Amino acid sequence: MNQRTVVYFLMTIPAWMLFFIFHTYPSLQGIYYSFTDWKGYGDWNFVGLKNYIHVFQDDRALNAYFFTFKFAIISTILVNVISLMIALGLNSKIQFKSTLRAVYFMPNILSILIVGYIFNFIFAHFIPDLAETWGITAFSKNILGDSDFAWIGIVIVAVWQAVAFNTILYLAGLVTIPGDLYEAGEIDGAGPWQKFWSITFPMIAPFFTINMVLAMKNFLMVFDHIMALTGGGPGQATESISLLIYRGGFEGGEFAYQSANAVIYFIVILVISVVQIRLLQRREVEL
Amino acid sequence: MQKNRTNWLVTILLLLGSSVILFPLYLTVTIAFKTPQELADSLLALPQSWRFENFTDAIYLTGFFNALTNSAVITVSVVVFTLLTNSMVAYAIARNMHRKFFKFLFYYFVSAMFIPFPIIMLPIVKQTSAWGMDNILGLILLYIVYGLAFNVFLYVGYIKSIPKELEEAAIVDGASTWSVFWKVIFPLLTPMNATVGILTALWAWNDFMLPLVIISDTDMATLPLVQYIFQGQFSTNYNLAFASYLMALAPMILVYIVAQKWIISGVTKGAIKS
Repeated sequence: MNQRTVVYFLMTIPAWMLFFIFHTYPSLQGIYYSFTDWKGYGDWNFVGLKNYIHVFQDDRALNAYFFTFKFAIISTILVNVISLMIALGLNSKIQFKSTLRAVYFMPNILSILIVGYIFNFIFAHFIPDLAETWGITAFSKNILGDSDFAWIGIVIVAVWQAVAFNTILYLAGLVTIPGDLYEAGEIDGAGPWQKFWSITFPMIAPFFTINMVLAMKNFLMVFDHIMALTGGGPGQATESISLLIYRGGFEGGEFAYQSANAVIYFIVILVISVVQIRLLQRREVEL
Repeated sequence: MQKNRTNWLVTILLLLGSSVILFPLYLTVTIAFKTPQELADSLLALPQSWRFENFTDAIYLTGFFNALTNSAVITVSVVVFTLLTNSMVAYAIARNMHRKFFKFLFYYFVSAMFIPFPIIMLPIVKQTSAWGMDNILGLILLYIVYGLAFNVFLYVGYIKSIPKELEEAAIVDGASTWSVFWKVIFPLLTPMNATVGILTALWAWNDFMLPLVIISDTDMATLPLVQYIFQGQFSTNYNLAFASYLMALAPMILVYIVAQKWIISGVTKGAIKS
């Protein structure tokens, strides 16, 4: 081995070891414990696949999966529709372009937990107070306290925060479209709607893929929003998978059981991401 | 001619839309300065007299300056060490991709991006507390190590686009691999360093989950964690709570106002690569 190669190894090996100790090893440990009955303390035994089977029979876990999926799918769609519209607006001939851009991106730099607390006040006091003053009884209750509607509050905050990031990505895609494509479209007599569907949308297809996959992945991991807004309640109506693993693992003495849940969660996220990328990229090629 | 005319309809719609973003911030600022009585009288109005006691009370109750120091120390250390170490690891990998070991290392780091944090969460908490790392130092180390997965991906893509001739010239002049990296490559990485630095700073500053599970001593809490810890005490006094929120958000907002152009382009570059 020559001296250069030695240096290259010296550059990477410490990082590799640290990464193994603090990332790979705990991941493997998590998988290992998922086959035991360890509570997080005391003795333990191997139990095989028992934890995995129990997750699928556990109403609380199934409820968390159902809530997380419902939340993630709806939020992903809303975020992409809204941010694409804002990006189109920001990309057209407008005044105050850079200021508007700066404003629309701002939610992305703010702590989700604190934003959640601010919205918590808006849902709990601001909207009900306003509704009462105006005599709109339908909105006079705190939606976060209603187990049927609390998830809507979480969607609103999540969308408010996430639109910023997706808008900037779409904007980055829109500026790459050459202007003569639109001129050619105009000569052919295309209206604004047609120009969008036959020029804009196909041209930003890769950005659509990135945005859909990233948004979905992030929303499936939802945690901070829920801690700030509902704490998983009322009851367990808004308990996400991350929150369940955190609660059950640290507070409920279900270390091994929630490790199994985390492994299932990992597989679910991986499968969804891969399927999404495959499907959306196939669409890109066709167009 | 028609092309260059301002589209006022879209401008107005966007201005209206931006109120959805600005309004919660307006509420935060005004409530932070009001008395409980003023808040009860009118939610929307500006405060009659700007009340600064909310802030002094919140500073006292939450130990604001302590949390601010913790967040600042963590963010600055994480950004500095991430830039210095992660770029170096990526350089070694990018220039040796034809070798099995380095190629394996690249895919090893990148594939870790798909592992959700909850799978590591339970074991890492046991591990850090057993090793006496349930503190700021441990947190800093974890951010630097966990950043590797994504940052190596960003840096490797960028370094590949730097022509090798630049390094070869330095090598002919007798430079060692270390000095080639620090004197030739690292300066050339500035645009990618900016991107990685901004993304890392946003993450370390705003993250809530990792401090929540790792930090066991309240004195070591970060700004978001402090808001969580004191939520119970806030529940009776919204003015106090909002003063605290505002102070926690303010440093990032100030940095953003000054540097928003770089922040937006840095984040965009990072995200497009992914």
